[in-house]
Amino acid sequence: MDMYILFIAVLAAGALVSLVLGRRAVANTIGAAASVLGGAAGLACGLAALAGQDWDLNLPWNVPMGSLHVAMDGLSGFFLAVISLICALAGVYGSGYLRPNGRTHLGSVWCFYLLLFASMGVVVAARNAMLFLVAWEAMSLTSFLLVMFDHHRAEVVRAGWTYLIATHLGTAFLLVMFLLCGRGGSMEFDAMDPQAAGAGVIFLLAMIGFGTKAGFLPLHVWLPEAHPAAPSHVSAVMSGVMIKTGIYGLLRMLEILTLQSPPPAWWGVALVATGAVSGVMGILLALAQHDLKRLLAYSSVENVGIITLGIGIGLLGRSSGNDAMAVLGFSGALLHVLNHALFKSLLFMGAGAVLHATGTREINRLGGLMKRMGTTGAMFLIASAAICGLPPLNGFVGEFCIYVASLSALEGGAAWAAVAAIGSLAMIGGLAVACFAKAFGIVFLGSPRSEEAKAAHEAPASMRVPMIILAVLCVVMGLCQPLIVASLRGSVLGLAAAPRPPEALQALWWVSAAGAAFIVLLIALALLRRRVLKGRNVAKGITWDCGYAAPDARMQYTASSFAMPLVVMFRALLGTKDTIERPQGLLPQSACAQTHTDDPFSRRVFRPVFLAVGWLGERLKWVQQGRNQLYVLYVALTVLVLLVWKLGGRP
Amino acid sequence: MTLYSLIHLALALAGAPLLLGIVNRIKAKIGGRTGQPLLQLYYDLAKLLRKGAVYSETTTWVFRAGPLVGLAAVVVALLVVPLGGVPAVASFTGDLVLLAYMLGLMRLATVLAALDTGSAFEGMGASREVQFAALAEPAMLLGLASMAVLTGKLSLSAMLAALSPAALPPLAAAALLLVGAAVFIVLLAENSRIPFDDPNTHLELTMIHEVMVLDHTGPDFAAIQYGAALKLWTYAAVLSGIILPIRTNCPWCDLLVGAGGVAVVVVAVGLVESGMARLRMLRVPQLLLAAVVLSLLALVLVLR
Repeated sequence: MDMYILFIAVLAAGALVSLVLGRRAVANTIGAAASVLGGAAGLACGLAALAGQDWDLNLPWNVPMGSLHVAMDGLSGFFLAVISLICALAGVYGSGYLRPNGRTHLGSVWCFYLLLFASMGVVVAARNAMLFLVAWEAMSLTSFLLVMFDHHRAEVVRAGWTYLIATHLGTAFLLVMFLLCGRGGSMEFDAMDPQAAGAGVIFLLAMIGFGTKAGFLPLHVWLPEAHPAAPSHVSAVMSGVMIKTGIYGLLRMLEILTLQSPPPAWWGVALVATGAVSGVMGILLALAQHDLKRLLAYSSVENVGIITLGIGIGLLGRSSGNDAMAVLGFSGALLHVLNHALFKSLLFMGAGAVLHATGTREINRLGGLMKRMGTTGAMFLIASAAICGLPPLNGFVGEFCIYVASLSALEGGAAWAAVAAIGSLAMIGGLAVACFAKAFGIVFLGSPRSEEAKAAHEAPASMRVPMIILAVLCVVMGLCQPLIVASLRGSVLGLAAAPRPPEALQALWWVSAAGAAFIVLLIALALLRRRVLKGRNVAKGITWDCGYAAPDARMQYTASSFAMPLVVMFRALLGTKDTIERPQGLLPQSACAQTHTDDPFSRRVFRPVFLAVGWLGERLKWVQQGRNQLYVLYVALTVLVLLVWKLGGRP
Repeated sequence: MTLYSLIHLALALAGAPLLLGIVNRIKAKIGGRTGQPLLQLYYDLAKLLRKGAVYSETTTWVFRAGPLVGLAAVVVALLVVPLGGVPAVASFTGDLVLLAYMLGLMRLATVLAALDTGSAFEGMGASREVQFAALAEPAMLLGLASMAVLTGKLSLSAMLAALSPAALPPLAAAALLLVGAAVFIVLLAENSRIPFDDPNTHLELTMIHEVMVLDHTGPDFAAIQYGAALKLWTYAAVLSGIILPIRTNCPWCDLLVGAGGVAVVVVAVGLVESGMARLRMLRVPQLLLAAVVLSLLALVLVLR
């Protein structure tokens, strides 16, 4: 508990001090130091909770139905630890990424960053709905302000507004949900009676409200706008951990909802369907992007889809009484929360380093960066392999658990949901390799495709060190997942309502062993090749281009051409638009080809809806005349109507 | 794991290059040629291992790591593959997922090494490779999932060991046939055989796998060739367990039946290669989709 108070105190003090420092360069140092100190305290608090040190702190608060009620259990501790780790590292990275120039108000950026960090810490600890909502709102607003960092650029402002609207629509659903839950008169989580209002309604509201934050399809539309627009360390935090607060909220609500009785099967089916669609569409849309950070944002939609698949399978396991399936499903989901936080923030940091070095996020203008930014490239490669779910890295294990959960569900009543999970996971696996082969391969390999890429330079140490730490964690976590599963045991067994972990979890030791065998074998092969090649002629040449001896960087495959076959194959889903200007005449002067994939959901679903809302507003303009008398009339009429309604009800 | 698992491993490591020899010999016989020696790939490997290496100036360590990562990955994948009734060296719940993802790691390594050369041709091959994998992977995993339902087992070794003619109801036999067909299509696609890819083509524009490895030389190329042979063995061993569901209680007989199954699969590959031309690139996804549908049909049969 002391650690948690220290955590909040350090972050609040850091926020205040950096705000006061304003444009001074030292704000950068203070901000990073506060995030590291706060991160250390938060990590200690979270790990202690994972080790079983639960605590509960309830202070009065003079807000109606509110109380400053915070508590730590396994689930909260897990999320707090993940948030603290990522935010601390991203803070260090940020101090290298933000360059003090005397004009930028760095103090406010750090103030918002530290407040965002603290509010996420409160969200996962709050046990009172009012406190939860206030923290949730603080988290949304500070991240909105951070997204608006580069507010001179029109697309950033657009992204910011999209985010603000989307997040508030989501919060509206949460507000209704908590009001329905609290009809018994208490907003305390442990005194809520969700059954009174119909658990199904509450579940749907939670899915929409938390799903907006987490990025469930089709509520994800803000994500590919806002994440690329923010400064890269903020993108890392938003994509790595902030969207996971949506997952936390959903899990916490599910815990409350299923306390007394197992959930109906349709909840699980709904989550599996959402997860499958988010996963497959997310990775397809990622594949079609040529803005590096936008690609990464879409891939977050995919990974949230995988997490949702895990939760859905876990719920189905609970409703069908299959303990192994429930434990494995929830374990897979939680493992993927941790793993995705590690590699996605690493990928965003890598993308930030590329942006920092070249000034562009356009994949087709990059290339050959491995030679100029070796460390960033190597770390980006590790994260790319991890996000594809490939062993021996950490991404594999979460997906493995969900696969095994689905396989063990094939004989029960939920068989078709399990088939959907297996099929979509397999497809996501194949497509993710395509997507990240493109993201890493085109950006870092081959030769530079532009002057900017040629002039790239390695990022400063303050940016490299956090990336190295995250990459090391990706490798280590891949090998010691059984230990992490063991530390998650309490919260998973609680969610799954299972008495003990199933035998099948033992398979994770085998997975670790296979990973270790792979690494040993790889090292042995490398040593063997070195011996074999010793003393022999190892020459340098140019790339074989069918006898054409003057290769040019423009002859390389580009990101768009690499993704083309898959994009064409799924054109019906993606709605990719091509503009091709063919060369004309005998001596063609110009020709160009462009492909563009904008979000099909924002184009086909949200745009029409918001246009309709705008149209309606336009039609209702006559209500607003700007005359005081008229408004008084409105008030009087409303009171009259209310009076009639109230009295009319009486006999 | 039994002693026989190790014998299978040794057999695979030593015998895999022979499989390509058999395929080529069958193609030659049907084409009315004498053909290359059965052991040609062994000679090639020995020759490559004696050579030095040439690396393109464009490339980085990613290019050099590619062949080794690929080879290490396929060897680890081989550790979970049983041969008919002979269990794998390692078998555990969900090992089929590890198999699929280890092969995925091999693919990523090859694709990245190809992109590292900065050659348009290799980029093209890489792009096609990842496209086909996106459909081949669901076909394979869904097919194996239907085997899991059929046998009630969640590891490859247990699954294949539990198949025996006595225990097979007619519906299950039909499902096995469908899964066999699906896995065979995936085998052809993943091992770049006709009708997906022509290993003998001379035009870089039409290649998939061969074009990705154009720039590898010497020992690196040997690792790639050997890895490809092991990958063929991996798929053929799984398929052998499905198409020859004969389990005796004598391990030596099981080994023999399994190896016979591998031979049958390889002969079938040779016959397909002799009998048809490669498909147009645009048709390839349709055939892979057919494999997915076959796997789903098998699931429909077994999930009642």
